[in-house]
Order: sequence, then structure tokens, then C-alpha cells
Amino acid sequence: MENVISVNGLVKSFGRTRALDGLDLEVRRGEVHGFLGPNGAGKSTAIRVLLGLLKADGGTTTLFGGDPWRDAVSLHRRLAYVPGDVTLWPNLTGGEVIDLLGRLRGGLDTKRRDELVERFELDPRKKGRTYSKGNRQKVALIAALASDAELLVLDEPTSGLDPLMESVFQSCINDERGAGRTVLLSSHILAEAEALCDRVSIIRAGRTVESGTLAQLRHLTRTSIHAELAGEPNGIGALPGVHDLVVEGERVRFQVDNAELDTVLRALSTVGVRGLTSQPPTLEELFLRHYQKEEGPA
Amino acid sequence: MTGTWHLFRLALRRDRIVLPLWTILLGLFPGLVASSFASLYPDPAELAKFAASMSNPSLTAVYGPIWAPNLGGMTAWRSSIILLIVALATAFTVIRHTRAEEEQGRRELLGSTVVGRQAGLAAALLIALLASTIVGGLTALGTAAAGAGGTGSVALGLQYFLACLLFGAIAAVVAQLTQGARTARWISGAVLIGSFLLRMLGDAGGDLNSPLSWISPIGFLQRIRPFAAERWWVAGVVVLVVALLAAVAYRLNAVRDLDAGLIASRPGPARASRALLSPLGLAWRLQRSTLFGWLIGYAVLGVFLGSATDAAVDAVKDSPDLGDVIGRLGGGASIADMVIAAGLAIMGIGAAGQGVQAALRARSEESALRAEPVLAAAVGRTRWVGGHLLFAFFGPALGLLVAGLFLGIGYGSASGEGGGAIGRVTGAAAVQVPAVWFTVAIVVLLFGLLPRLTSLGWAVLAFFLLLGQLGAILQLSQWALDLSPFSHLPALPGGDLTVTPLVWLVALAAALTAAGLAGFRRRDLASGG
Repeated sequence: MENVISVNGLVKSFGRTRALDGLDLEVRRGEVHGFLGPNGAGKSTAIRVLLGLLKADGGTTTLFGGDPWRDAVSLHRRLAYVPGDVTLWPNLTGGEVIDLLGRLRGGLDTKRRDELVERFELDPRKKGRTYSKGNRQKVALIAALASDAELLVLDEPTSGLDPLMESVFQSCINDERGAGRTVLLSSHILAEAEALCDRVSIIRAGRTVESGTLAQLRHLTRTSIHAELAGEPNGIGALPGVHDLVVEGERVRFQVDNAELDTVLRALSTVGVRGLTSQPPTLEELFLRHYQKEEGPA
Repeated sequence: MTGTWHLFRLALRRDRIVLPLWTILLGLFPGLVASSFASLYPDPAELAKFAASMSNPSLTAVYGPIWAPNLGGMTAWRSSIILLIVALATAFTVIRHTRAEEEQGRRELLGSTVVGRQAGLAAALLIALLASTIVGGLTALGTAAAGAGGTGSVALGLQYFLACLLFGAIAAVVAQLTQGARTARWISGAVLIGSFLLRMLGDAGGDLNSPLSWISPIGFLQRIRPFAAERWWVAGVVVLVVALLAAVAYRLNAVRDLDAGLIASRPGPARASRALLSPLGLAWRLQRSTLFGWLIGYAVLGVFLGSATDAAVDAVKDSPDLGDVIGRLGGGASIADMVIAAGLAIMGIGAAGQGVQAALRARSEESALRAEPVLAAAVGRTRWVGGHLLFAFFGPALGLLVAGLFLGIGYGSASGEGGGAIGRVTGAAAVQVPAVWFTVAIVVLLFGLLPRLTSLGWAVLAFFLLLGQLGAILQLSQWALDLSPFSHLPALPGGDLTVTPLVWLVALAAALTAAGLAGFRRRDLASGG
């Protein structure tokens, strides 16, 4: 499949601070791609380079096969962007901003716009300065979702939304996927990425540390197992791939590397299993492991 | 009021460069003017003669009355423009630390800590008090050091101190009324201009006790009469008014919600009109009320100045003492031309201020991250900034035409010269445009190449203003005076039209603008934080 976005070894410095330090990112057509990392990892900077708002210092960046800096205007006709920090003009109403941004991108589906205003429960008659953070984000989201752009670039779009609106947002993104649009979703909310993303890239300190489908990433990590056994769990702790074992009589709790899952389950069933719950690794754990691992020696 | 001291220190930290800069520089000016007068006219009799020649109603309209024909009196008279600048600067400082903070949401952050709800206002007023003290103190010390006499110097310092404090207090009240800092600045500026106009109209007639001058805050302050039988009670009244205004500001601040003004914001249209849907439409929407404000200001000031000019010429004609002065200057008509040219020179600086303000709007849109969604849409950088620059270049040009037109109407109808005056005066106003464009182009250059320093545009403008108004009095050499583009303009009406400097200024402005735009296309957009 062709790539909508491909970034290789992207470098961007502000003075002496290196915000991006060899970032790689590939987003394929039609996928919802999670762009994950904690605050300050460089997500917004990377997005701003992709939008031609910042000029890269090194590496290659292509967007729809074009150069985001040189071809900014023509590329922007094909994408819609929701900034992480939505600031509106104090004297313009939300409705006016939606129409303006839509028009500047090249067009807006007015029927969809009205549906979205209803779905997100936005009052479009209020002035920009009177909206809360969540409502400002809704304005930018509606403007982006009502456009007919091929690519949606969303920078932490839900950080101000309440759980109800968060679920409206998730169903909207699923609609977009169904309509064949590509979405780059930057987030530090892992549950959201787990619910929405086909593939994710995890970045840290301006560098990509992991990239792939959730299944691929999970393969590299551990499943947690709670089991109630028929006898004493002898020797389980000595098996390869078992971590953080806690034994309480006949009940055990541990984590196991997914590569060794099969061996460990066989060992358990030779003792006899009365009850078992297993949990796939959450993105959260994946995330924490990456960060702990890399911060450890440093 | 808990936390006032912390907020005061925070405000000092934020203003650690700007506040000392303007208070000290402007506070030193009256002293510099005094020492310059002292060296130009070492003989008091010479100075008194000069004072008599200057004591005509037209100049009185512009600068206010000369209360005493001595060193101190002439200094107070000639530096009266500084009085307006320091008053405005203090008002803006207060708004910067009250309404602007609130609008940016920083008050909210601080309000949630152990900080009383009046602390922000109290800290802003303390900053105003500090600024007033520096300005007033330096004024008194400077003029006294130049030998102008102790008592009068104290009175002059007090006048400057109170002008700052009074307009600081007015701004504190205004900041409670509006939701936007921009509107608050506008209202404060309008109060200042209004009080200048009242005083001008009052003093132009030659009656030094005109009620119009007495009710004008600026006119009232000038009636402290430094160096001439000082009226100390005037200062007492102003102190009472300041206390009253501060109390009103505190009261308003106590009864309103955070972020709310007393002028509430109404719901607007749910759909955008077609006119808004382009970068130019957006710029028009953001800039139009400012533009209209300026245009109204030009028209009002034009009519005032036009009729005041005629009143002044009449008063000069009737005065036998000034007969030989008029003769030397070439009769009534040329006096009128001189006054109009002086008025247009000030309006030219005003127009440059309008242009700088409009150009800075592009930078403030960028730093507030509001340019980002527009530039992330299918809008090129030149097209976006061009919308604002259109207002920066053609707004002041339009303004000067309006100013000239209304000045011509005002003078033409009052003097009986009629329609002929309109064309003559409007043409003379248009001559200011190249210098205005040059000033705006400097801002565009900064915006493109050194975006963090864009607001230095105001400093450049203030520099040009001071060079033009006080450069000659300070006996600066010609090359220094020539640094200001306004010094290259032909003196119209009355003088000869020289085209070469105008062409040069326009060409330089075009080159600087092109360089600024090229820089903007190549640089990173501000990403906040």
C-alpha cells in the first residue's frame, strides 16, 4: 500500500534544543495511525513540520509524495488539521470559524457540518472567547471532519473533551475509516489509541522507538496471567519468560513474555488449572516498559 | 489583597526591561529640554523674547499655554507632548497587568492559588505608582539640575507624576468594563485624545481660563502652572480623583466574575457570511473596527485643528504685540500654513502608529497560534500576511486623506477660503504617506527576519516622534535628525513640493517590505510555548 506520510530521520532543532532527533513515521493510505508519546516528546513539532509550518533541519519528509515545505498550499487542499492548542478569534462565533476554516481548505459539506454540530452538541452562535477548551476543540474538530480532506491530522484532539464527547469522537473516527480517509492521531491517551488505531508509532525524545500494528507490538511484550491451580505451582518461577511471580497458596499471578506463553501454559496444565484469566498487554504497559527501559541506564 | 506583593514582583519581573526603559528615557526628556534651552538662550531676556514670539494662540493650541517666560516655564510648555506619552504608557501598563492577563487566562491560573481577587488590580496600580514616581522624580530632578528653579521643578514633576497616575487609574476602571484588552486600550486612548482635543479647543481661543480646558484632565493638570505661581490645590484635586477612580475599579472588580466585563458579549451568527470566507475577509473582520476608530479620530481631529487654526490666526492678527512677528513670518496665511503643517506632522506620526499597529496584528495572530490553522489550510504565507499588510499600508494612507480632507473643510469653512483649502491641505496630508510606509516597512522587515523583536516597531516610531518633536530643541546634528523619514518630507502646505525624497522613501519601503516577506516565507512559524 502506498504511504500518505513518510518521514525518515527527521531532525529539527530550536536553538540548542533538539526537538526531533531522527524521527521515522510511515502512515499508509486508509489507516488510522496512532502517534504516541508523552508531553514534550516532539509530536506537535513533527506535525508542524509535516504541515510546512516549521522547516526541517534534516531527514526527508514526504506528504502525498510531495514536499510539505515547498508544496504546502497544494498539499493542504488534501488535508485537515486540528491543532493541539485550539485558539479561536475572540470576536468570531464558532459557526463562523467552522465555515471559514472549511472554505480556506477548499470546501465544506454543509449537511455534514450541521450533523456534526448536532452530534457534538456545540452552540455555534457563541463567540470564540466564551468557549471552554473542550468547546474550542469541538469547533476545530467539526471543521476538520466536515471537510472532504483525504487526510486528517489530529494533534491530541480530545484532551479537553468529556467522556461522552470522547465516545462521539471515536465513532466519528470509525466512520472516517469506513469512508476510506487516512487519519494521523497524536495522543497520549492510550485507551483512545487502542480503541481506534490500526497501527501506532511510539516516540520518545524526538525519536521513534516502536512502530507497527498493536498485535505486532503486543508480540514483543507480556501477557498477565491470574490462575487458580489444583496443586502447588512448583517450578513455574524457573520457567523462561516468567516475570513478577506472586504465589498465594494455590493462586498465582505473573507476567509472561508472549513468545513463551505456550510453554508456560503447558506447565500450568500439568499442575491442573481450576480458573484462569489472562489479559493482553495494554498499550499502557507497553508504553511504560519502553520508557522505563530507556530511562533506566540513563 | 493577599498575594499583592508576589504579583507585584511577578509584574516587575515581566516588565524588567520595558518599564525602566520608557520611564527613565521619557522622564529624562524634560531635563534635556531644559538644559538645551539653557544653552540656546543663556540670557533670560533673550529667552523671554523667544517666549513672547511663541506665545501665540496657534502654538498654545498645540502645546498648551506658556505660564512663565522663563527657563522652567518654556521647558514645561515645550515638553508637554511627553506628558501625553507617559500618561498613555502608564494606562497601557495597567491594562497589560489586569485585563490582558485575564484575557490570556493567566489570572485564572494565579487566582486558583493563594491570591486574593483584588491582588492583581492592586499589583497593577502599584506598578503604575512606581512608573509615575520614576517619571515624576526624574522630571523634577532633571529640570532642577538644569537650573530651572526648585519649586517649579517639583510642581512639574508632580504634574508628570499625576498625569501617569491619573491615566493609570482611568485604565484600571476601563479594564473592568470590557472583556478584551484591545478594547480597553482603545477606550483609554480615546479618553486621552478627547482630553487633548478639549484642551486644544479651550486654549486655542486665547482664553487661559476656558472651561473646556478646565474640564480636560490634561488641561486641568497643566493648570498646576509650574514655575508661575503654582496652584498646589489642583494637585490635591487630582489626588482625590485618582483615589476615587481606584475605589471604583476595586468595587467593579469585586462584584464581577472572572473573565466577564460589564459590557456583556452577545451571541452572533451561526453561519459565516460570504465576505468572511477568505484570508482578506478575515483580516478585514479583525482590523475593521480599529480602522474605523482611526478614521473617526482623523476626521474629528481634522475638523478641530482646522477651526482652531483659524481661531489662532485671528487672535494673532488682533494682537498688536505680535505684529512684527507676523510680518517676519509672511502674514496670516503663512501662519495658518505653518500651524496646519505642524498638525499634519503629528497626524503623520499618528498614521505611522496606525500602520505599525495593523502590521503587528499579523505577529500577534501568529504568536496566539491563530495563524496556524489558516496556514495549515490552503493559504500561502504571502496571501495570509498580505491581508494584514493591506491594512498596514493603505489604512494609514486612507486615514491621512481623511485627515487632510476634514482639516481642509474645517479650516476652509472657518477662514472663508472654502474649497480651495481642501485640495491644498489634503495634498499636504498625502505627502506624509511615504514616511509612514517606510516606518511600517521596518516593522515588516522585523516580522520577517527577527520576529521576536517585531514589537520594537513601537520603539522605532517613538524614536521618530521624539526626533521630530524635540530633536531641534535638543540641538541634535542634521544627520541624527535625518534618521527619521519624516524629516525628509517637504514642508507642506506653504513650502515647495520636492518629489525626490518621496520617491526614495517609497522605494526603500518597497525593498524593506520585500525583504521582510521573503524572510517570512523562509522562517519557522511561532509554535507558542
